[in-house]
Amino acid sequence: MTETTAKDGLKRFNLSASRIDMAAVAPFVALVVLLVAGTFVNDNFLSVNNLVNVITRAAFTAIIGVGATFVISAGGLDLSVGSMTAFVASLMIMFLNTGIFADPFTMLIAGVVVAIGLGAVCGLGNGLIVTVGRIEPFIATLGTMGVLRGLTTWLSQGGSITLQNSDVETLYHPVYFGEILGIPVPVIFILATAAIGAFLLYRTPYGRHVVAVGSNEDVARYSGIAVGRVRTVTYIIQGLCVGIAVLLYVPRLSASNATTGLLWELQAITAVVVGGTALRGGVGRIWGTICGAFILEIVGNIMLLSNFISEYLIGAVQGAIIIVAMLVQRSLMRRT
Amino acid sequence: MPIMNDVPSALLEGQHLSKSFGPVEVLSDVSVALRGGEVHAVIGENGAGKSTLMKILAGHLAPTLGSIVMDGQPVVFSGPVDAERRGIVLVHQEILLAPHLTVAQNIFMGRELRHGISVDDREMNRLARAALENLGADISPSSVVSRLSIAQRQLVQIARALQVPHRVAIFDEPTASLTPHETEALLKVIRDLKAKGTAVLYISHRLQEVAAIADRITILRDGKHIATREGAELTPMDMARLMVGRDMSHLYPDRPPAATAEPILDVRHITVPGYASDASFSVRPGEILGFAGLVGAGRTELLEGVVGLRPHRGEIRLKGEPVAFHSVRESMRRGVVYLSEDRKGKGLLLTRDLPTNLTLAALNHFVRGPLLDRAKEDAALDEAIGEFDIRAPRKDMLAGQLSGGNQQKLLLAKMMLLDPEVVVIDEPTRGIDIGTKQQIYKFIAELANKGKAVIVISSEMQELLGICHRILVMHGGRIAGEVSGETMTEGDIVVYATGVKTQAAATPAAAAAM
Repeated sequence: MTETTAKDGLKRFNLSASRIDMAAVAPFVALVVLLVAGTFVNDNFLSVNNLVNVITRAAFTAIIGVGATFVISAGGLDLSVGSMTAFVASLMIMFLNTGIFADPFTMLIAGVVVAIGLGAVCGLGNGLIVTVGRIEPFIATLGTMGVLRGLTTWLSQGGSITLQNSDVETLYHPVYFGEILGIPVPVIFILATAAIGAFLLYRTPYGRHVVAVGSNEDVARYSGIAVGRVRTVTYIIQGLCVGIAVLLYVPRLSASNATTGLLWELQAITAVVVGGTALRGGVGRIWGTICGAFILEIVGNIMLLSNFISEYLIGAVQGAIIIVAMLVQRSLMRRT
Repeated sequence: MPIMNDVPSALLEGQHLSKSFGPVEVLSDVSVALRGGEVHAVIGENGAGKSTLMKILAGHLAPTLGSIVMDGQPVVFSGPVDAERRGIVLVHQEILLAPHLTVAQNIFMGRELRHGISVDDREMNRLARAALENLGADISPSSVVSRLSIAQRQLVQIARALQVPHRVAIFDEPTASLTPHETEALLKVIRDLKAKGTAVLYISHRLQEVAAIADRITILRDGKHIATREGAELTPMDMARLMVGRDMSHLYPDRPPAATAEPILDVRHITVPGYASDASFSVRPGEILGFAGLVGAGRTELLEGVVGLRPHRGEIRLKGEPVAFHSVRESMRRGVVYLSEDRKGKGLLLTRDLPTNLTLAALNHFVRGPLLDRAKEDAALDEAIGEFDIRAPRKDMLAGQLSGGNQQKLLLAKMMLLDPEVVVIDEPTRGIDIGTKQQIYKFIAELANKGKAVIVISSEMQELLGICHRILVMHGGRIAGEVSGETMTEGDIVVYATGVKTQAAATPAAAAAM
């Protein structure tokens, strides 16, 4: 028995390496390939300046993508994240403009609380419509997407909502444009959000429940898991991630309008899927999602820097990426 | 090379078939001949190679060595559709129907009948109804499959397979979810096929049925051919011995002594709307209580209601205290666990690994602070493998890769992690080979010995008679009667199960209160 255990141990390592990691490693391999391709296209590509810009621009997709990873892993879907971003950003700016607190620092902190809280509340709304209302997530979030976008358009009266509070604006500016220890703040946000998300998904009982619910809802229920609660919390997590993304977004332009966040949900879902999370649920890859977000942004960057593909084709290329990613994932799964 | 013999020539023969998946050889030099007008049964434990043999003969797999001969000519099937076109049909054990479509649409899927350019629903419904009546099934061809029970779906699947012109019919565990009545109807269909000259290959774990229907029986063990005998020569006991290679006369363990303590679970006037009404029963620590009845009698739904998986009304007392289980989490927390009959659909996550499945219901026992303790989970799996003899050749395998018997043992281990006091097991040995059945009966007896109250729901009367102290029989959603004592027989159960007899107002609950 001990003989087989030792051999088992070695075999186990090899088999796990070949079965699980192939699909998980693929997005990172793709990222490296893209980085190499980029250097051939343009000398400037691999410059620190360029890469830092690219990663910073990917922050919104990446952070929202972490939340989307939870929702999709549990077998759901949230199409409202782009509209939610616009709505939460608009309300945060409007709140900051009220100047309730004289001290800009306190005002900003209050604004942060409002943004995060509002994100969570919107997420809770989505979650309850899906679990208590028993409406399919695609339809439910299609509805809230429309509602939130409409409210934003109404709030902005078709124009834009700008941050008037110049003290707060000055204080807030470095959150998007500043650095800590040479690393841009948005990148720190990405890493922190992903690290917390990964910890939650991979190392806590809640994370295990999320994967179980997405894998087979009946089995989860019969195992005593509160399926409705698990699902609702994934939507709240998505809302929180939107709130965090808004914290980064507002200082960038100090304004929001009716088209803020347009199509961001598709970017987020693409990043999640390219990163290896299965759309039907049961598997979640947080770092893969981050990688997926970077891949999307780098492809756009390469196209911008290159002379032979028009940057107007970015949308088409990103759409093609999701199809290619699916084919690659499927062929990897079959081999094992 | 044709085999010369002076017995009736075979319609379909597998000659010296071997099959390997990589380095693992699952079938080794097995030869079997299917003759027209004969039922040839293949039996063996899980892993013996029956399913592989069947898949080779039906064109799903190509043999690594050996050949297939049809009507004296060697053939190579390019796939299952090719085999089907040559007249070899296979009735799968798994239900492969489109749940959103009707029965008739499923039966004619891929072979729709046409009236001009549109589909001829009327004709398809008519033919489907005839096919189902032939199987003794009371199912309307326009019913949507998702509304049918598992047993009914299996009959639809059989109807679909037999709809195609066929000379060889292969049945893989066809009676796993059928009532005795439906089983009889199916066996009659098989006898009809025999009379028409069809060669029938029959794979089943139910040795009584095999004895009743088979003309010849082939026994496989560990991928090798052990023996082929005339059906009349072998009793079920002989078959079991050949399958397992050891004496199987002690299939059921000694029953633990009858329980005498106060009932731990006392259920009064439970109604599960649509399925069960006014059912009362109780169970004591150390007692094994059986629930018998025909499929559709409401046994599963009644117990699902009691543990909180379904809405229900009525009173439940646990250890004398009134309780209300609104969800299965509540019942599990109070020490009442339920093992579903649908072990793949509701019991285990097939695409996840073993430790994940084992700990899913008891994750709070495997945390250190906010973190999951993976090492503890792995240790728990080792313990479960030892305690329940779960055969998992690789530790990192997925639950879906285990055999049915090992999945059941894993499910049992999963629920036992909660250290329950009442264990409800629904269909503990469905689709499981006889060697593992013996193990599971032993585990159930051990549970009772340790003072747990065990409720077993089963469609196999022999099983209930073998392991239970008392058996409650349900019919039409009500508890029709109770059977107990050293001399209880199948006949006693059947009269209640079919509604011929109903026990008078002396309910089991009143008896238990004495």
